[in-house]
Amino acid sequence: MTPACYLWLIPLLPFVGFLINGTLGRKLPRAAVTAVALFFTAIPAAIVAWLWSVMTAANAPEAIHAVSRPWIAISGFQVNFDFTVDHLTLIMLGVVTGVGFLIHLYSAGYMAHEEGYWRFFAYLNLFMFFMSVLVLASSFLLLFVGWEGVGLASYLLIGFYFKKDSASDAGKKAFIVNRIGDFGFLLAMFLLVAHFGNLNFTDVFATITQHPEWHGGFLTAIALLLVLGATGKSAQIPLYIWLPDAMEGPTPVSALIHAATMVTAGIYMVARCHTLFDRSTTALIVVAIIGAATAIVAASIGMVQHDIKRVLAYSTVSQLGYMFLACGVGAYAAGIFHLLTHAFFKALLFLAAGSVIHALSGEQDMRNMGGLRKRIPVTFWTMTSGVFAIAGIWPFAGFFSKDEILYQTFISDNPIAKLLWLVGLVTAGMTAFYMFRLWFKTFFGEERFEEAAHDAHGHDSHDSHSHGVHESPWTMLLPLVILGILSLVGGWGHVAFGKFLDPVFGTAPEAATAAGSGLELTLAAVSLIVVAIGFFFAWLFYYKKPGTAGALALKVKPLYSLIENKYWVDEIYGALIVTPLLMFTRLILAGLIDTGLVNGSGALAGATTRGLSTITSRVQSGNIRSYAGWLALGAAAILVVMIFGRSLWMH
Amino acid sequence: MVTHVPIAYYLVLAAILFSIGVGSFLIKRNIITIFISIELMLNAVNLTFVAFAHKWHQIDGQIFVFFVMVVAAAEAAVGLAIIISIFRTRQTLNVDQIDLMKL
Repeated sequence: MTPACYLWLIPLLPFVGFLINGTLGRKLPRAAVTAVALFFTAIPAAIVAWLWSVMTAANAPEAIHAVSRPWIAISGFQVNFDFTVDHLTLIMLGVVTGVGFLIHLYSAGYMAHEEGYWRFFAYLNLFMFFMSVLVLASSFLLLFVGWEGVGLASYLLIGFYFKKDSASDAGKKAFIVNRIGDFGFLLAMFLLVAHFGNLNFTDVFATITQHPEWHGGFLTAIALLLVLGATGKSAQIPLYIWLPDAMEGPTPVSALIHAATMVTAGIYMVARCHTLFDRSTTALIVVAIIGAATAIVAASIGMVQHDIKRVLAYSTVSQLGYMFLACGVGAYAAGIFHLLTHAFFKALLFLAAGSVIHALSGEQDMRNMGGLRKRIPVTFWTMTSGVFAIAGIWPFAGFFSKDEILYQTFISDNPIAKLLWLVGLVTAGMTAFYMFRLWFKTFFGEERFEEAAHDAHGHDSHDSHSHGVHESPWTMLLPLVILGILSLVGGWGHVAFGKFLDPVFGTAPEAATAAGSGLELTLAAVSLIVVAIGFFFAWLFYYKKPGTAGALALKVKPLYSLIENKYWVDEIYGALIVTPLLMFTRLILAGLIDTGLVNGSGALAGATTRGLSTITSRVQSGNIRSYAGWLALGAAAILVVMIFGRSLWMH
Repeated sequence: MVTHVPIAYYLVLAAILFSIGVGSFLIKRNIITIFISIELMLNAVNLTFVAFAHKWHQIDGQIFVFFVMVVAAAEAAVGLAIIISIFRTRQTLNVDQIDLMKL
């Protein structure tokens, strides 16, 4: 069998798992549901591992294609269910299936006592199916299928606790905000069809390569619309608002979908379309600015959040901003590299946060944590690895990927490269600050939680008969340990990584490297110093003198409340977009169109019929003689027509 | 030499009979009277059939008269049965009081 035959199995197996758990799961015992879910995600992971070995072997092809019969074939336009694996897809597949499997394993422990266990795993498997389709797709349209599908799975999982209003609202918010982005994606596809008559990646990009004179123009339009789609899916300004609310879902979902995989789809898509973006300077600058702005805005909000998952959510938005920045300065490999390391350490952080929440039986507020270092040591040490990685401390993974991005930004020929670099640098300091703030508040200092009261169920409510603070079961700790190790070593291969992606992105300009290595070291040192400053403030505020932060917040109260209320973005969107839209809907659409026109015309037709029928029903009097009279009249009328009618219409 | 009665005489007589039938059908309230007026109308029609059959020397009209008589006999049988059952249930033969089909 050729490797291409196995490509189909990667998405289809999780789909089979979804079907089994989704239809029979309610009746199956929990162990069987777990076994099905784990089995149908482990096999694709194994296939991907095998593919990896095939693709990295000597003389391996640059890409493997799996071709189907035509899906849509209209005169001159054809789309198939085609899958392609190149090195970029391979990395994404590794993240999706590998991290995905670990999180499935973790969920088996984390969700053990939840209602709707089978439903959770069915959705999770469905997500794996769509995400694999997304990364395997070899055309825009098939990518869009996966793109919409992961949105659906995300919606279902955010609203998993659908009995809570906040959860179902968050699900709807995510879905609707994503829909705005999808609108851009769709328009981009229409433009592609109009200009290329084709939606296959290879054909479109080959056409662009054949026309070196094409710059800007409609390519910019397509690229900007794609960026709109990416900002929705990858939670960038202006559509980032759904991701923090998405934390209403169970913690493993936040780890898998809203940190490691789905939200990186936008970055993957931009990287996949690099040929297109390279031709449009405007689009690239827009991407870079969006990325840098998102990174710093989200990081600043993350500094003052109290909910442990919300800190991580804003941190995710901020890190996604980094990846956007990398794509915007043309350093796609650096962006994908950060995507990879981020998948490791952010999944780890979420899972560890979930473990903390699990230990405290549902407590999420960091003000009610503290001193957990000794109580849950495995969680502490693995989370430490994640915190060091995201803060960018040598030799953890985040250091290499983040510095690569900052360095590439610094040397890029973007007109505002230095400013973007500065923003990225400040964000790095802020990242270190809020991550160590989380670290200190959760694991150090005095214990601020109440151990006795475990009757009250919290957010991700767990078994009611839990006994105090406890370390999680092995199914939760094993993924933590694996991801903890990956967060440490994941960045060490950064040079090889760039070469690995060369077949996809083309060989990077090597000229700069020799002269740049000194510069790169300097920049790394600068960013390490900034990180150290961030660490120092976190240490000072939350470990050495715990009251300092509160006092400082009081001093700069307007600024603090601005940030604590997330720059009022939700409120501004509410006032500028949601309220006018609702008013328009209620007054014009509901009031005028629906009540007036639609209901009105219906009521009018009904009233007319009824009125006419009351008139004609008088004929049906029940009086035999009146019937006889009508009969006689009718006969007379026919006679009249017979006798005189002919002369009337003949002449 | 037998003088032929002109056909117009028959037709005028039939028209008079028919009109009497229609008029009493509309005016009378007693079901039996109405029934009789129906018979009157049928026989007026029969008369025209026979008159035309005689005039054009064609047998069709006379055959048709037999059909009409058969139908009239059947109708009388069914109709009288209905009238009896109505009288039994409602103790009246006044059609104005038999208006069950009113909406």
